[in-house]
Amino acid sequence: MPPSGARGGRDRLAEWLDRNAGKVFILPAVLTLLAFALFPLLVSAWLSLTRLRLAAGGFSLEYVGWLNFKKLFFGSQQYHLLGTFDRLGATDWSIVGAVLALFLYLFVRYLLRPGVSVVGVIGRSIAFTVASALTVLLVATLGGGFPGSLVVTLFYVFAGVSIQFGLGLGLALLCSQNITGRNLFRIVFFLPLMVTPVGIAYMFRMLADMHKGPFAHLWAALGLGEFAWASDPWTARLVVLIGDTWQWTPFMFIVLLAAIESQPRDQMEAARIDGAGGWQIFRDITWPSIAPVAATVVLIRLIEAFKIIDLPNVLTNGGPGIATESLTLHAFIAWRTQDLGGSAAVGYTLLFVATVACLSFFNFAGRKARGAAP
Amino acid sequence: MNTKKLCRTTASVLLVGAATCALVSGGAHAAGEFDGVEVNIMTFTGPQIAEPLQRRAPDFNAATGAKINIVTVPFSDLYGKLLTDWASGTNAIDAAVFAPQWAVDYVVPGFLESLSQRVAADEALQQDDIAPFFREFSQKYAGETYMLTLDGDFQLVYYRSDVFDDAGLPAPETWEDYIAAAAKLHGTDMNGDGTPDYGSCISKKRGAQAYWAILSIAGGFLQSRGTSQGIFFDTDTMAPLANNEGFAAALDVYTETTAYGPPDEINLDVGDTRGLFTSGRCALTIDWGDIGTLAIDPANSQVVDKVGTIMLPGSRNVLDRASGKLVPCDAGTCPHAVNGVNRAPFAAFGGWSGGINANADDRVKDAAYAFFSYMSQPAQSNEDVTIGRTGFNPYRLSQFGDIDLWVKAGMSRAAAQDYLGAIQDSLNSPNMVLDLRIPKNQAYQQVVLDNALARLLAGEIDRTKAMRAIEDGWNELNEENGVDEQHAAYRATLGR
Repeated sequence: MPPSGARGGRDRLAEWLDRNAGKVFILPAVLTLLAFALFPLLVSAWLSLTRLRLAAGGFSLEYVGWLNFKKLFFGSQQYHLLGTFDRLGATDWSIVGAVLALFLYLFVRYLLRPGVSVVGVIGRSIAFTVASALTVLLVATLGGGFPGSLVVTLFYVFAGVSIQFGLGLGLALLCSQNITGRNLFRIVFFLPLMVTPVGIAYMFRMLADMHKGPFAHLWAALGLGEFAWASDPWTARLVVLIGDTWQWTPFMFIVLLAAIESQPRDQMEAARIDGAGGWQIFRDITWPSIAPVAATVVLIRLIEAFKIIDLPNVLTNGGPGIATESLTLHAFIAWRTQDLGGSAAVGYTLLFVATVACLSFFNFAGRKARGAAP
Repeated sequence: MNTKKLCRTTASVLLVGAATCALVSGGAHAAGEFDGVEVNIMTFTGPQIAEPLQRRAPDFNAATGAKINIVTVPFSDLYGKLLTDWASGTNAIDAAVFAPQWAVDYVVPGFLESLSQRVAADEALQQDDIAPFFREFSQKYAGETYMLTLDGDFQLVYYRSDVFDDAGLPAPETWEDYIAAAAKLHGTDMNGDGTPDYGSCISKKRGAQAYWAILSIAGGFLQSRGTSQGIFFDTDTMAPLANNEGFAAALDVYTETTAYGPPDEINLDVGDTRGLFTSGRCALTIDWGDIGTLAIDPANSQVVDKVGTIMLPGSRNVLDRASGKLVPCDAGTCPHAVNGVNRAPFAAFGGWSGGINANADDRVKDAAYAFFSYMSQPAQSNEDVTIGRTGFNPYRLSQFGDIDLWVKAGMSRAAAQDYLGAIQDSLNSPNMVLDLRIPKNQAYQQVVLDNALARLLAGEIDRTKAMRAIEDGWNELNEENGVDEQHAAYRATLGR
């Protein structure tokens, strides 16, 4: 006998629940997460299209369309975000041309290979367009112009992460050797990661004080007593970079050390018996083994590095001028001066650049690294 | 209990009683009147300004029962923190000590309590003793009193009188004299430590209180026909006065002083330059009244009785607003000039003042007002203005009139006359420059002007681009806030 209408409905629901139990159980968590992740994004998006106005008893948000973005990219705040441009010379155009040619070559090569997807074409188009625009920006502002917070952030991100990865890998390789006191070194190298960034910034501010810092006598002896590092854009950026490197190298170190120590011992021992040198072992056994972890740790660090604020804020207050201002500090300063719309627009620019950079890294480097794993 | 002990105890009780009576009668508030009331007052980190508030809060608590919590934030955050707290309806801050020029942004939306009635009924405040400029201008907006002045602010030039005497230099009358003296004295050891010192120390740090110095210099070039002329905008067109030969000359002076300053001058806050000056490392500086009193503190100063104070120097050429060119001073162009020099003392900032959140509880408002009144009353104020670390400078007539007050604090009679004379000359000048008080003035100065100056000093842009950046930025703000509204507000603040 077929089931009655109500009973049939209940059975169908029970069946459906049975089939989708996993999804149903996870739905509340997904909805909560989405609410917390999406709500601030949506509010920020709305804020980036508005201007704060004081009104009786409080404030109002006046819709201004794309005005905040227009100011940042083409208007009065262009110097702040993109920088002050210099006219491109022959060398500059050559660099831009070479980079564009490289991107074009990579794009065409992708199109000619089998298994081309629409998502892949769109993704590469966006990545290559952004990378080309950033190349022009770098050349136009670093040559004779003056970089804005976007280029400064890219400097912190790519220079910082590269140095930190190199140092972290080096220290990890050293600490993986069978040397006396290596556990002590592991703890010591890990310590900076546990210090709050503001604390690190203040510590470096004191250390780098040429007149009253602990190295004041040393600077004076070296004839640098009257040198003001914070008054020169590149030395100021360098000090920020040193502080950031001091803080984040341990993160690279600890993760890479774990990866190195978990690589297959038998392969290494076999290679040694066969007479392989240290470099050969690293190139052919260690690196392929740790590459997926290395790619992941660099990706995490890239995401984090785009958000740098504490060090430039405390060490240099973004100066001299705006020379050390990162995008996050730029957004913070705009927020502090009640330019909520401008601040949100800077935040969205950061989100876009960081997303493109990290997705590109994930697709172009991360996947290859995973493929390299034995 | 023996007789001696009884006498000592009685005397102690009488003394404490007398002290309490004095405090209570001075503040005109009964003991315990504000029992259980807690007042959160926000000001900047200091230590200046916060120090006297924190030091006197326990005495006020003992006398009235009100507990005063002083909440401090960095200077660059103060305007925004107050606005955020009050505009969002959080109202965690009951009152604040801040720049009176910002009051316009707090009064118009209704965040600030009118104090007119309270002031009128407050005999202990002795408000007739407050100099008319602060009483009638700084404290008021649209005719109503919203602030209580705790500090009198004019920017002045301080110089090392001993070093100038040794070098045979007179005190600078013009900014050219200032530069010439700074150039001549730069590299001289002025504190005997064997290290060459600096010709000029001016705070030029971004996001701090540095941007007033350029306005102090520009005043003498831009304003020559009296206070109502103003230095920020053309009063007829609201066009910014930041892109002309007068402002260019001021920027030249400002940047040239950097050559005779400490190597990290562009990162020095006012506290840093004050420390350098009082430790004998600078021949000249531009600052508010603080250096006068900091210099007499023997514990921290190496320049006790070695400091001369003058009204801001001026210029022999002033801006012709029609052509945008500098023209020589004569009776027609500079009616207030002395010896052919147009001087325009700058009431920079306007003096730290107390304002009360209109949305605070009534008892809290009363307690906050009572505290500000107590701080401003001569019994407290006349002592605080003579102490360097308070950051409070003279603003009461009794403080200018009583030289003994300053001599008692450690100033020589001559130095006191010099110091008070410079402030009084500034205060009484018919060509005094008023600070900007139009809506959103913080954005005009602390954002646009401050950024352009920082970029100029860092070598990111040249003088022409800096002037254009300020002009464009101010025009943009005028448009965002309504040119006509801003124009009307600007004219009103100049008494036009």
